[in-house]
Amino acid sequence: MGASKIRRKMKMGTLLITNGTLIDPKNKKNGKWDLLIENGVVKDILKSGSVGAGLKPAHKNFQVIDAKGLVVAPGFVDLHTHLREPGFEYKETIETGTASAAAGGFTSVCCMANTNPVNDQASITQYILKQAKEKGLVNVFPIGAVTKGLEGKELSLMGELKKAGCVAVSDDGKTVRNAQLMRLAMEYARSFDLPVITHAIDPDLAERGVMSEGSMSTSLGLRGIPNEAEDIIIARDIYLAQLTGARLHVAHVATREGVELVAKAKKKGLSITCEVTPHHFTLTDDAVSGYDTNTKMAPPLRSEEDRRALIEGLRDGTIDAIATDHAPHALIDKEVEYDCACFGIVGLETALALSLKLVESKKLKIEDVISLLTWKAASIVGLRKGDLAVGADADVVIFDPNQAWTVQASAFQSKSKNSPFDGMKVKGRVKTTIVSGKIVYTM
Amino acid sequence: MMKFERKDLLGIEDLSRKEIEFILHTARTLNEVSNRAVKKLPTLRGKTVINLFFESSTRTRTSFEIAGKRLSADVINISKSGSSIEKGENLLDTAKNLEAMGPDIIVCRHSSAGVPWVLAKNLKASVINAGDGAHEHPTQALLDIMTVQDAKGKTDGLNISIVGDIAHSRVARSNIYGFLKMGAKVTVVAPYTMMPHGIEKMGVRVSHQLQEGVRDADVIMMLRIQQERLGLAPFSTLREYSQLYGLNLSVLKNCKKDVVIMHPGPVNRGVEIDAQVADGPYSVILTQVTNGVSVRMALLYLLAGGK
Repeated sequence: MGASKIRRKMKMGTLLITNGTLIDPKNKKNGKWDLLIENGVVKDILKSGSVGAGLKPAHKNFQVIDAKGLVVAPGFVDLHTHLREPGFEYKETIETGTASAAAGGFTSVCCMANTNPVNDQASITQYILKQAKEKGLVNVFPIGAVTKGLEGKELSLMGELKKAGCVAVSDDGKTVRNAQLMRLAMEYARSFDLPVITHAIDPDLAERGVMSEGSMSTSLGLRGIPNEAEDIIIARDIYLAQLTGARLHVAHVATREGVELVAKAKKKGLSITCEVTPHHFTLTDDAVSGYDTNTKMAPPLRSEEDRRALIEGLRDGTIDAIATDHAPHALIDKEVEYDCACFGIVGLETALALSLKLVESKKLKIEDVISLLTWKAASIVGLRKGDLAVGADADVVIFDPNQAWTVQASAFQSKSKNSPFDGMKVKGRVKTTIVSGKIVYTM
Repeated sequence: MMKFERKDLLGIEDLSRKEIEFILHTARTLNEVSNRAVKKLPTLRGKTVINLFFESSTRTRTSFEIAGKRLSADVINISKSGSSIEKGENLLDTAKNLEAMGPDIIVCRHSSAGVPWVLAKNLKASVINAGDGAHEHPTQALLDIMTVQDAKGKTDGLNISIVGDIAHSRVARSNIYGFLKMGAKVTVVAPYTMMPHGIEKMGVRVSHQLQEGVRDADVIMMLRIQQERLGLAPFSTLREYSQLYGLNLSVLKNCKKDVVIMHPGPVNRGVEIDAQVADGPYSVILTQVTNGVSVRMALLYLLAGGK
């Protein structure tokens, strides 16, 4: 079979996933279990092979997936996706972005508000949800803006955003520069029980910066962004969370000090969580040396010391989730001068393989990686996703943790192909992705 | 005799001392042409050199143009106004279009670091970096090394002090790579606001005080203060900068007696360097310009003709 097959409109029925290793960390399951799915939810979890020929399927379309040698896990939940629709359909659409998610094993994505128009009011949220319902392959949970138009001047309509279905608010891509406005945003968001996600990069310290500041930026002659540009805003927002009692989530932590600040805040008992991206725990600013614009991201790739601290943060539980910061950009955004290129990379389709590197290098156990990609991420934005208890939504990923493959950006389901991992040899490949009992991706 | 195997000349960082010496040897051989009554060699007849200058330049562009014409190449100048180099401009498209016209050498200057590398990777033509952002300016470093050799007879063991906005200077970076490879010791001098992070990892001594930084120098290289730069100024007033980091006779008084003064130009007299110093007996600023033509002739010759 050539290209991956995507079936959008399969009728609901009964699906049995048998012979696989079921890993459902939230429910402390890791072993030979069969998963029985009916009407879009988990119907039963049975001893492997116990559903024999004697089973009388309740529906005509009874399907069996043989997952021999494969891992069966809750579908991944991405806290940080840019679907680009509305406004930047040349980079990505809800259709292609969710196809990319499905190919990466993600069954739910939280999409950021920096669309055009910005998702700062209910009508935009409704539009996104409508498109997702009609064309999306996976669950889409919009994140609303903190400020109108992401301009950092006035609060967005958080009340109606929440009502329309937003699960959090964030000005991601921009930092709320004014501390008083951020304070108000946290207080306002708290009134609607919305977590605030901070994109923490001080815009003045980072001005015109394109990579991490250090000996590499000095040698390349590129303008640097100091670690402190992130640390200062993380510290500021932690103090504001302390002041306001708001739920704060720090997006894409990339520095050692950032991890330490979050750890300290947690120790204090504050309601703070944070995420890390696969590219930040995989690459360092050394990758910039060839001026490949696919190494340009915000926050920038940091030093080896920072990278190690991120992995340590994953190990000790300071970091709550792995999120992709899937940021598709077209060739015309990237085939330009390094200074002019857009920030960000395609993330959904390489996240699993890059995360599994941490298992191979014995930094994490496979259950930990799955937790970070599923229920832990979901709980940050209050989603009842990411586990396979009886009665839960049947969002499932089946993957081969050992299959070696070479990342081929041109074969991505995403509309964009901007990836620094193109050509990289990795291990761990998604075989099947199931959303509410429907197969949305098979390799 | 050594063969020059490179397709492109992008930076000093990846050149060996041998290659630098070979380029300078070639430059000295060609130097003689510039002193003839008829300043022309037929070597590059039928070759096309495009000067692709995305950033304005008088000295470097003219120098490359004269170098090309003295070797009988057809030299075309393309300059782009700063306004058109904006987000969304497809660099590769520009490059591919030029390629379609079949040039042999593209000489590129750009305000963004790395552009010559991108061009070189995507073009069959040879690419010469004529300055990329705050990264490298290899032909400047080559002509500077040549000038120091002319003045001092050697580079090994010399103390070179580079003074000024190191953070934003491609001349500084290329010269640091170049002089270190040539056996010299390099000191960089600037206030902290103009000193980039991690510069000491390049193997230089760092000083923040002018007199201290140039006391033992055999060569002092003053960098131009770019008054037109964007963003917040890294010093209070030009007057204060000039008082603290400008090279004048009273600073020079405490330097080595045979110190040589250099400047990549254009000079701001009275800012980073006093007129009496710039135009004084220790100054080799105009020799630098003359050597620039020879070095560029050598590179055009080696990349297009001398194979």
